[in-house]
Amino acid sequence: MESTTHDIDKVKPEEKQYSYLNLGPTHPATHGIFQNVLKMDGEIIVEAEPTIGYIHRAFEKLSERRPYNQITPITDRLNYCSAPINNIGWHMTVEKLLKVEIPKRVQYMRVIIMELARITDHLICNAVIGVDTGALTGFVYMFQQRELVYEIYEEICGARLTTNIGRIGGFERDFSQKAWDKIDKFMKEFPKVLQEFENLLKRNRIFMDRTINVGGIKADRALNYSFTGPNLRAAGVDYDVRVAKPYSSYEDFEFAIPVGLNGDVYDRFMVRQEEMWQSLNIIRQAIAKMPEGPFHAEVPEFYLPPKEEVYNNMEALIYQFKIVMGETEVPKGEVYHCVEGGNGELGFYLISDGGRTPFRLHYRRPCFIFYQAYPEMIKGSMLSDAILTMSSMNVIAGELDA
Amino acid sequence: MADSQEERLVSIIKEKFEDQVLLVEQLYDFLTITLKKDRIIEIIEFLYNNEETKFQFLTTLAAIHYPYTTEARTVMGQASDIVVDTPAPEGKIALMYQLHNMYTNQRVRLKIYLPESNPVVPTLTNVFAAANWMERETYDFYGVIFEGHPNLKRILNVEDMIIFPMRKEYPLEDQTREDKRDEMFGR
Amino acid sequence: MGGLKMENVITSGPKVTLGEKPEGIEGAGFFATSLEKVVGMARKNSIWPLPFATSCCGIEFMATMGAHYDLARFGSERLSFSPRQADLLMVMGTIAKKMGPVLRQVYEQMAEPRWVLSVGACASSGGIFDTYSVLQGIDRIIPVDVYVPGCPPRPEQIIDGVMKIQRLVETESLRRRDSPEYKAMLNKYGIE
Repeated sequence: MESTTHDIDKVKPEEKQYSYLNLGPTHPATHGIFQNVLKMDGEIIVEAEPTIGYIHRAFEKLSERRPYNQITPITDRLNYCSAPINNIGWHMTVEKLLKVEIPKRVQYMRVIIMELARITDHLICNAVIGVDTGALTGFVYMFQQRELVYEIYEEICGARLTTNIGRIGGFERDFSQKAWDKIDKFMKEFPKVLQEFENLLKRNRIFMDRTINVGGIKADRALNYSFTGPNLRAAGVDYDVRVAKPYSSYEDFEFAIPVGLNGDVYDRFMVRQEEMWQSLNIIRQAIAKMPEGPFHAEVPEFYLPPKEEVYNNMEALIYQFKIVMGETEVPKGEVYHCVEGGNGELGFYLISDGGRTPFRLHYRRPCFIFYQAYPEMIKGSMLSDAILTMSSMNVIAGELDA
Repeated sequence: MADSQEERLVSIIKEKFEDQVLLVEQLYDFLTITLKKDRIIEIIEFLYNNEETKFQFLTTLAAIHYPYTTEARTVMGQASDIVVDTPAPEGKIALMYQLHNMYTNQRVRLKIYLPESNPVVPTLTNVFAAANWMERETYDFYGVIFEGHPNLKRILNVEDMIIFPMRKEYPLEDQTREDKRDEMFGR
Repeated sequence: MGGLKMENVITSGPKVTLGEKPEGIEGAGFFATSLEKVVGMARKNSIWPLPFATSCCGIEFMATMGAHYDLARFGSERLSFSPRQADLLMVMGTIAKKMGPVLRQVYEQMAEPRWVLSVGACASSGGIFDTYSVLQGIDRIIPVDVYVPGCPPRPEQIIDGVMKIQRLVETESLRRRDSPEYKAMLNKYGIE
């Protein structure tokens, strides 16, 4: 019996039989839980239908219930690989609403913390790109370096991953000498290890063959999909919130914005690598130019007064009570503030009604916005390329679903 | 310099769509323009294509529910005098678009107010591909219907949910849970 | 990282007990003990986990598997992502109501004997997310053996949880999975 499908070129598209593969929510290669139903023609992907929401925790509704300083732990869980950036972004939003002036020292300290967080976020993403091409060694080495940064966070705020770092107005205590020593130790040891990791993959024949011209997106499509962050910079557009709308004294530092050419996986890997080097550069400048001054601004409605004053001073006692019970009030207003998170522009749109909790808080989550482009990016590529594209986009499930 | 940029933008919009502009405010550092809902997509397309205002990046879009109470009216600010009793006195669901002009680094926020009982507005997916999921999320949370959307169904919540949870009348907690006692949490 | 010189290698140190010898009769070349104890000892030192990592606790699990807090020392070298080949289901992270049926299906696909470790506050009781979309604890849908509290728990706590699972594995009776009490417990959850 003759088979009619022997000559592949003569088969008309209507007669083709496609198979459906469920790249389901629990899959080792999808780092995070989201589902993709792929319509496949053999090994080539024809269409993809994503389903998200498997970790929807109702952050926006939850924020309407909590007082302003209790929302910080919720922002931690957005992009949990670089939690300090989310925390500090939220604090800056509230400070913008209150129109508070932040001392220079606090701004420089915040810059150091945010750049360390950015380094850890990019470390995970690049290590995972390595794992998906089969290079598992880099992953283990990079997690060892993350432990060093966890020690720095622990010294400053007590927690490793979901940090709740800083307060509205600054920090709860100045960096101790031990914290400075740990930061210095990290700055001495990390560049060598990062160079070693880069040498494993940067000019590696197998890695380059797997990643060049895979999962690319052109700059105009990326802009139409509202990409931001390393994914957009890999496509060729040099948009970085730290330069476009500087916050927390980023204008005092000199750093370059790495930009790619094709927007493919290799460009995203290299952009993130280069951003890590630039972050190290910024941290070095911040440590060298660190000014003296107070480690917090004067925001008595939100910043807990020191204990000696609470026990001796009537006003401090009242503020302490109001802050802990969450009864402080803020002016009415509508404010939007954005910071450069690990994945792009992380925005907080806050409407305050003058009461103890926000009236509306909307998070502009970069992962949610650029993951829409995923079906378009993998159309026509093979299954293993689709896996690589997903891990190179650095989709964090907490930020995707909120 | 920045002032004249914003004034120039307002005058460009008013030149073509004078009757659609209800209110122009400078909230903190953001120019916020409240418009009527009839020709909003046309206005955004105009801002996209016009050579002087190339707003070709959609930062975000979100909805806000203002129920018909005095507290919510004070939150609305100056817009409450203009929109609360138009067309009927009822709660409003506002829709906020934030656009970004990357050429001149300018941002603008456009707000429209929809009636709570029938929040219908045309879709923005023909102009910005990014609006696809943003509109689905807004539909999921508030029930705003976007006409012409290719795939308007729930995105974050379970498919068979019948309420729109972010509206103010619905509670945060799952009322059927029995392991947490509300009186211990002050509710 | 120069060459390894033999005089720098430590060849003796304080004695560490790697494992307790079960009670039994021993002689020259043989050791007799009950089957349960041998099976328990073998099982507890080679538990293959299925990391069901959904959110932030998953990153702490990755740190636990890393070089610093090595979980592979306890026999969990091979992570299995297929439920058919796994012994221990480690649920790490928030489980939303949308994810509940998926978790249930994964649990039902595991073969006996199977254990469940619930890592983190969200998996144990819903955590800080007392909302309409989050399942308030995975013990609403599957039976759990050990709970590890924390948000996220430190790697040492996760290892402590695994060690408690090891105690359960070691001391479990071979007939437990066929007993009527166990079947009644599974019926309570609606699992056949």
